[in-house]
Amino acid sequence: MGETEKNGNGATGAASSRADFASMGALRETMAAYFESLRSAAEDHTAPVAWCSSVGPAELLRALGFAVYFPENHAAMLGASRTANRYLPLAHAQGYSPDTCSYLASDIGAWLAGETPLTAFGLSAPPRPDVLVFNTNQCRDVRDWFAWYGRTLDVPLMGITSPRSIDEVTDIEIDGVTRQLEALVPRLEAVAGTRLDASRLSAALSASHDGSTLWSACLATAAARPAPLTFFDGTIQMGPAVVLRGLPEAAAYYRILLAELQQRVDQGIGAVPGESLRLYWDGMPIWGRLRALATTFAEFRTSVVASTYCNSWIFTLDPDDPFGSMARASLELFIVRSEEAKERYLEQMVERYDVDGMIFHDCRTCATNSNTRYGMPRRLTERLGLPTLVLDGDMNDLRCYSDDQSRTNIEGFVEQLTDARAANRRGTRA
Amino acid sequence: MTLFAGIDSGSWNTKAAVIDADGRVLATAVVRSGADLEGAAERAYKAALAKGGLTQRDVAAVWSTGFGRNSVPFAHGSRTELDCHGRGVAFYVPGPLVVIDIGGQDAKVIRLDASGLRLSHRMNRKCAAGTGSFLDEIALRLGVEMQDLDRLAQTSTDELELSSFCTVFAGTELLSLIRSGKRPADLAKAAYRSLVKRITAMDVLQGKIIATGGVVAYHPTVVTLLSQACRTEVAVSPHPQEIGAFGAALAARDAGSTPEVERDESTSPRELKVRDVP
Repeated sequence: MGETEKNGNGATGAASSRADFASMGALRETMAAYFESLRSAAEDHTAPVAWCSSVGPAELLRALGFAVYFPENHAAMLGASRTANRYLPLAHAQGYSPDTCSYLASDIGAWLAGETPLTAFGLSAPPRPDVLVFNTNQCRDVRDWFAWYGRTLDVPLMGITSPRSIDEVTDIEIDGVTRQLEALVPRLEAVAGTRLDASRLSAALSASHDGSTLWSACLATAAARPAPLTFFDGTIQMGPAVVLRGLPEAAAYYRILLAELQQRVDQGIGAVPGESLRLYWDGMPIWGRLRALATTFAEFRTSVVASTYCNSWIFTLDPDDPFGSMARASLELFIVRSEEAKERYLEQMVERYDVDGMIFHDCRTCATNSNTRYGMPRRLTERLGLPTLVLDGDMNDLRCYSDDQSRTNIEGFVEQLTDARAANRRGTRA
Repeated sequence: MTLFAGIDSGSWNTKAAVIDADGRVLATAVVRSGADLEGAAERAYKAALAKGGLTQRDVAAVWSTGFGRNSVPFAHGSRTELDCHGRGVAFYVPGPLVVIDIGGQDAKVIRLDASGLRLSHRMNRKCAAGTGSFLDEIALRLGVEMQDLDRLAQTSTDELELSSFCTVFAGTELLSLIRSGKRPADLAKAAYRSLVKRITAMDVLQGKIIATGGVVAYHPTVVTLLSQACRTEVAVSPHPQEIGAFGAALAARDAGSTPEVERDESTSPRELKVRDVP
């Protein structure tokens, strides 16, 4: 067979070692500019600063002129830099349980330690907030997290208390969240010192819609064989989709990335040389083990082609119905949905990306994003005949992750899938 | 006579098995792994060869498995213990079946279909409860040697429950029960019952169930309690402690004849290339 592999379209691509994305330079510049805007807002007072939960009302904040900071992005940086474990004990000593959100605990711990990876971007500390804005659509923990800062820094805390575990999103839920969003406006205006301008809100919504549409198109290229990017690539590339909501810079970057991905698809260049197996990842990233996991899967010629996580920053927003569409978008997200709705979504993703199996990350401190706990993996296997694997870990607390056990689990899963494929082809499957 | 060997490099013990081309076990050996896994693999292999009156020249291929499968420098390939325990049991017992492996540091439930292909696996969740380590702690607390724990449990007359979820907690709970006058024999049986409860929570256990691993080899009370919990007779595989090594030896034998596994001669001999079937 040599070193060349045919892809599903019949084109032949060299199974070379993995090439970095040419767009990485543009990504670094885009993110650096974002962090500079935060620095400028906080230190030069060029704009008021709002802290926002990752799928909170960022467009509304941008329309009011806030520089928007996302503590979850900071927490992910702590995880990815493998420094979170240094800070977790500081928050635990404050009374936060080791069993609850390690994003919350590592971020608060880093604040208490007076340390931050943001120094790499010219910030001496996270930008001091003028307001803390949450939406509990993703979990209750963001409110508890921001509440600590509210008490510690004497900063107003406000947000959306969202319905959760929704099966079908109806006007009942949308109307309720719409009214909450509208009620936020005068309170935010008071902090921002300006009135909400409808055209600015419209522009922010359009920018978010464009950015997330292009991000979605980028992720969709992984349906190709071989997939030009993996879930692990996605966790890095998703930065603009998260922190640049409401701004045109996200769409500008994803146009560049999409062009490169489409070129890779046309040339049959896969993110995993010799892609043999395709998997889907559900649940949080294990931030401190991204490279190690990417290497392990590549070693087994297995591409984790898609994920729930990276697909979670895709919003359908309508500038002509700003509050209603923001409300709807916040409720339609996977994390806000019922088990049944989630299973319908995952079934679509399995088909769209033509995966051989699914990995569920049981994240110790994020029950909300661990879809292993009410029997879903088994139900999917029984209903779809799709092999599933549960990996135990955590997004930030590496004490909850075993390198050896995970490697055995992954390697065993690859063996299982490969042997089954071989048996099916030989016609020897029972 | 063409022979094959398997090394199961476990966190507690390293096991070796030498087989002929028909899968007949010619010799096995078990040594403590210690901190030198490579050394233990070599010692186990040499011990097995010596027991069988064999030499390395007689062996065409060696494959490894287990926690330390990548620490066996003389292995030509490797498969996970999930594969090798299933493969080993399936050699003796036709599927579909469930293999329960209880080792020193982990427990596994492996499901195979009628042709012996693995359908799924479950491993214990970063916790020694439900493994040999748990029994080690219990024996220590009861002041008995591990090899005497089962004999002690068989004299139990009173059904006690150890409520703890955790090995460390179980240890302190034992002390409380001892202070309250409970008999060591009943406590030993309660510990086995607690271990079995952890296993039965790992997966749905029904149909044909075969147990493997050092724990079932030396603690038959575990098998009895498993059978009661599963409401079916749980059998113990031949060579329960060495079944992983046996499975690795079978993998070594089958590697030459299985089209989907190729060895890339340009790489390290113990690197397994899993390739798509053309």
